[in-house]
Amino acid sequence: MSALLQDAKGIDETRPPEGLWSIAWRQLRRNRVAMVCLAILCAYTATWLYAEGVYWTAKIRGIVPDYKISHYEIRNGPPTAAHPLGTNFAGRDNLKQLIQGARIAFEIGLLTSIIVIPLGFVMGALAGYFGGKLDTAIVYLFSVVASVPDILLIMSITYVTRAAVERSTAMQSVTRYIDAGLLSICVGMGFTGWVGLCRIIRGEYLKHRERQYVLAARSLGVGHGAIIFRHIMPNVAHLIIINFSLRFPGLILTEVVLSYLGLGIASEPSWGTIINDAKQRLWLGNWWELGGATVAMFFLVLALNLFGDALRDALDPKLRIAEAKTG
Amino acid sequence: MAAYIIRRLLSVIPITIGVMFITFFVFRVVGGNPAYRIAGKNATPARIAQISHERGYDKPLFLNLREFPSHLLDAQFPTLCGNLLRFDFGQSIITRERVGTMLREGVGPSLCVTTPLFVIELVLGVGLALLAAYYRNTWIDRGLVLFSVMGMSVSTLVYIMLAQYWLASQWRLFPVWGFESPRYLILPVLVGTIAGVGGELRFYRTVMLDEMYQEYVRTARAKGVSSRRILFHHVLRNALIPILTNVIVAIPFLYTGALLLENFFGIPGIGRLTVMALFNFDDDVVFATTFIGSVLFVLFNALTDIAYTWADPRIRLR
Repeated sequence: MSALLQDAKGIDETRPPEGLWSIAWRQLRRNRVAMVCLAILCAYTATWLYAEGVYWTAKIRGIVPDYKISHYEIRNGPPTAAHPLGTNFAGRDNLKQLIQGARIAFEIGLLTSIIVIPLGFVMGALAGYFGGKLDTAIVYLFSVVASVPDILLIMSITYVTRAAVERSTAMQSVTRYIDAGLLSICVGMGFTGWVGLCRIIRGEYLKHRERQYVLAARSLGVGHGAIIFRHIMPNVAHLIIINFSLRFPGLILTEVVLSYLGLGIASEPSWGTIINDAKQRLWLGNWWELGGATVAMFFLVLALNLFGDALRDALDPKLRIAEAKTG
Repeated sequence: MAAYIIRRLLSVIPITIGVMFITFFVFRVVGGNPAYRIAGKNATPARIAQISHERGYDKPLFLNLREFPSHLLDAQFPTLCGNLLRFDFGQSIITRERVGTMLREGVGPSLCVTTPLFVIELVLGVGLALLAAYYRNTWIDRGLVLFSVMGMSVSTLVYIMLAQYWLASQWRLFPVWGFESPRYLILPVLVGTIAGVGGELRFYRTVMLDEMYQEYVRTARAKGVSSRRILFHHVLRNALIPILTNVIVAIPFLYTGALLLENFFGIPGIGRLTVMALFNFDDDVVFATTFIGSVLFVLFNALTDIAYTWADPRIRLR
């Protein structure tokens, strides 16, 4: 009733205008595909958090987690009530492995973004805002990185990082908590993936620095740092989220390739390592192992792709798909 | 025009030097002395010193300041750049073959796979995109988009495994592995097309739809041009620029080869060569493939810019 009354009052002019995010949310709510994808993503996020729980509980208690215990008497088992997706070569439950795979996928997404977002954003902002020689230098840098065939550069960095991590004693305190393979994959993909974000952000800062509100801030004596981060950044922050949601599926697929090439994660079951293990069992007729991993990956990547598209349409209709194209 | 072309081609040089620097930095500075990796785990210090000396890993990295100024450039990076500029790619550690020869032998098989793949993907991608754009916002369009996103959501690896298992091993339609006759190429090309066409279709569809909502389309429709003529005559020609960019930029990757396909189907191309080299610490081979790949990439990028003037007379180059 009260809501109706409020509506009846008409437009309240003292109320601040509706922001970008609430408009975008309203548009997303109307998009049925996006809502289904969001539900799928929530389910995956819940799975991820559950898997983190399992992993860290075992880690803190100092025991071998459930999904890693071998049962050789039931190895390569078909799906049963106890093991809905069968068991793998060591008799471990495939479903539990897939759940941990979801954890790895999210960890890859997050760890890579820890490199990509600050690097891409700061470089892009500095280049776009200051222009001149700095811009030339940064554009040169990302042109160089973009000129090396993508997968080659990822492979090389991952490979070398892994060797360096395993050699160094200082890194051992880190690799006790984060798998060395996982870390090097993220470094490899992080130091190649920032180019896309950097390009977009640079373009936006080029545009925004000519705007009146920036001029106004400058005239009031606001420093460059404050303009970059406090004035312009809120206007371009949505691009980071769009970029993330469209980059994430690519990361998951690349992890599979790296695992196949032997650059993957060694001690934990990622989807890539599961698929590579399952490859050999496919020839024995055990299709459920490969099938399970493929389906688990398929829905996450599909939901991310579709939701990312919808999010981009809602937040920034001008942005083209071209910028998000993954090889 | 000529000045522009020359300037654009000259810009290849700094980028190439940058690429060499990055590769060098990754492999020799972060990676450390390759002699340790070549010699293996149980090598004696004498053996490592010997390898280092033979291959010049004991020299300073960038500039030889100890013997300034006579041998200033007698260091690893300047030597590498000099060699690559003379197209001297060195020698493989594993096979002792000249890297140049290995690359020449690899180009053929790589092109055999990537060229048909490239052409089929392009034709299918543009064709289906035209179809989607023509029937935009109908179930044909939505179906095509959903289909392409679904296709992109499965790992290429899974496609390869399923194709090898069912099409090749179970149904015996194609050979599973090898490179002996054209029959061996069908499966890799087929798998590559299935894995890649979704992305192409989605990209070209966006390009076409971007054009679809331009003013000139409305004008054309207003004066009574048929939908089909608008699509093929007006939209397609304007969409040519992004299509052209996408196509020309993809050409260098024909040379780099299809990494996964070559490895899985046993095609002795450059993609396979590179992966092998990476795992055997064969850094001369890695440097060579990276160098040629990036030079081609930068060159073709420059060519794209030049090709714009042909595709779109409105673009004037300064």
